[in-house]
Amino acid sequence: MSAIIPGLSSMYAGNAGSVISRGVRATKSTNFWIVISGFFEPVFYLLSMGIGLGALVGEVESSGKLVPYAAFIAPALLAVSGMNGAIYDSTMNVFFKLNYGKIYQTMLTTPLGPLDVALGEIFLALLRGGLYATGFLGVMQLFGLNLSWTAILAIPAVIIIAFGFASIGMGITSYMTRFQQLDLIQFFLLPMFLFSATFYPLSVYPEGVQVFIQALPLWHGVELIRALTLGTFSAGHLWHLLYFVVMIVVGLIFTSRRLKKLFQD
Amino acid sequence: MPNPVISAKSLVKKFKDFEAVKGIDFEVEPGESFGLLGPNGAGKSTTMRMIGAVSNRTSGDLEILGMDPSVDGPKIRAQLGVVPQADNLDQELKVWENLYVYGRYFGIDKKIVKDRLEGLLDFAQLKDKRNEKIDDLSGGMKRRLTIARGLMNEPKIFLLDEPTTGLDPQARHILWDRLFRLREQGTTLVLTTHYMDEAEQLADRLIVVDKGQIMAEGSPAALIRQYSSREVAEVRFGSDSNRSAADALSGVGDRIEVLPDRILIYANNGEEILSEVHRRGLVPITSLVRRSSLEDVFLKLTGRSLID
Ligand SMILES: Nc1ncnc2c1ncn2[C@@H]1O[C@H](COP(=O)(O)OP(=O)(O)OP(=O)(O)O)[C@@H](O)[C@H]1O
Ligand SMILES: [Mg+2]
Repeated sequence: MSAIIPGLSSMYAGNAGSVISRGVRATKSTNFWIVISGFFEPVFYLLSMGIGLGALVGEVESSGKLVPYAAFIAPALLAVSGMNGAIYDSTMNVFFKLNYGKIYQTMLTTPLGPLDVALGEIFLALLRGGLYATGFLGVMQLFGLNLSWTAILAIPAVIIIAFGFASIGMGITSYMTRFQQLDLIQFFLLPMFLFSATFYPLSVYPEGVQVFIQALPLWHGVELIRALTLGTFSAGHLWHLLYFVVMIVVGLIFTSRRLKKLFQD
Repeated sequence: MPNPVISAKSLVKKFKDFEAVKGIDFEVEPGESFGLLGPNGAGKSTTMRMIGAVSNRTSGDLEILGMDPSVDGPKIRAQLGVVPQADNLDQELKVWENLYVYGRYFGIDKKIVKDRLEGLLDFAQLKDKRNEKIDDLSGGMKRRLTIARGLMNEPKIFLLDEPTTGLDPQARHILWDRLFRLREQGTTLVLTTHYMDEAEQLADRLIVVDKGQIMAEGSPAALIRQYSSREVAEVRFGSDSNRSAADALSGVGDRIEVLPDRILIYANNGEEILSEVHRRGLVPITSLVRRSSLEDVFLKLTGRSLID
């Protein structure tokens, strides 16, 4: 890793764990309901669109398999729940700490390096993303929307997706100095959520639009999770994973460099 | 001579094109107590942050405990205790948790951290506030907690940036006492301060910094001997008449400084100076004679009063 990040010894003390336990300690005192509300959002979408709209739509084809509409959109919503959890922690929470809390300044006067801080904070985001995802997968099981045993692999997959979003999200947040700028993130996320083949197959778009959607991270997440819960996963889906691996590595480098620039320049 | 624990050569720090530290050289020996003295904006905190391995130098050489801070930041910081100029306590955590979590950042064993934090709460006189939120502490209490926190890792070098600003006299003396004892145990101290008495009490040796440059270096006593007379007569004529009185006093003593509110006359014997003032028919509203202090050294070197 020191080949990827020059001067790793100046960036990393191998103690991200202390950042995580600080985060858990601090979260105990924040509002439980804020944490919970992020979980319900995709559940409401599933109930209204999947069950309600699904009654009208009937079956859809995915990877050559005919599946109920609710089973088609549920994995997409699962990917979104992981993304939301990660984004909430890596933007709102990180924004507060960067601009008001002086928490990172304190951490970086100790042996902790920017990479410890980034990894610790991102892990906290994953924790939240992972909890949302596990809960949502449980709801899917309840409605019989997991069509294959491979659905269980959706949990680690969602965590990888969340990791990608959190590591980039934290770096982007580091450029923001006012609360209003956080709305920009929502401005980007909402259309991505609606258009990433979440509610209908990619094939409805003309070619050019398809390429654009395929460049966005959520589409890869949706395809990956969908293949796992529908049981259509094949080697051809591995490139979606690769997309997130690249996103994670790039995000980590980007974020820890930003932290170093902000606090250790 | 043992190797210095801090060694700076032609140390420069630039922010964009503004040079905050303009090529300074100094060394700090193990166990020494080293002071940085200078007016607002002199570059003291900037220098402290470079020593603390949180700010990269723009050019020059810097070695802390034999290591280069831009390469081995985490290893260096593991051995440092840091009290920043502005308190940066964790407001989402309680008083005791602030110490606990901080110790864990150093990777210190949980049990050891718990042991140490009791002693540190005691030192900070915050035992009965251990479960309070940070926002509910007074300014001085926050300062005391920040100072105590800096000792959590039993540092080899303790960096204190204006540690006693905001402390009441009693808390200040408790801190001085603690610093004396740390020094006896071999801890190296590096501190900045605006209080002359503090610098005289605590620093074996100090540098006077102004506009990013070193103006003088030495022990407090040596600096006073070199840059000031033995005594100072201070006379006040009221802010409107100080200037004209100063004209009438020309030639009296070794040197005269006219400040907005008073006139300082430097001489070997202050009482003789006061007699001379009266002989010239001038009647000050108040007058006193005192020994020269670092304040006078500072005034001589920078042409400015320290506390501006
Ligand atoms: N991050 C920064 N970006 C730009 N300029 C800075 C930065 N930090 C410090 N400076 C500038 O560098 C100079 C030295 O600042 P520094 O904080 O080191 O002064 P100081 O000697 O500690 O003063 P004080 O006694 O007021 O604490 C000042 O002119 C300040 O404006
Ligand atoms: Mg300062």
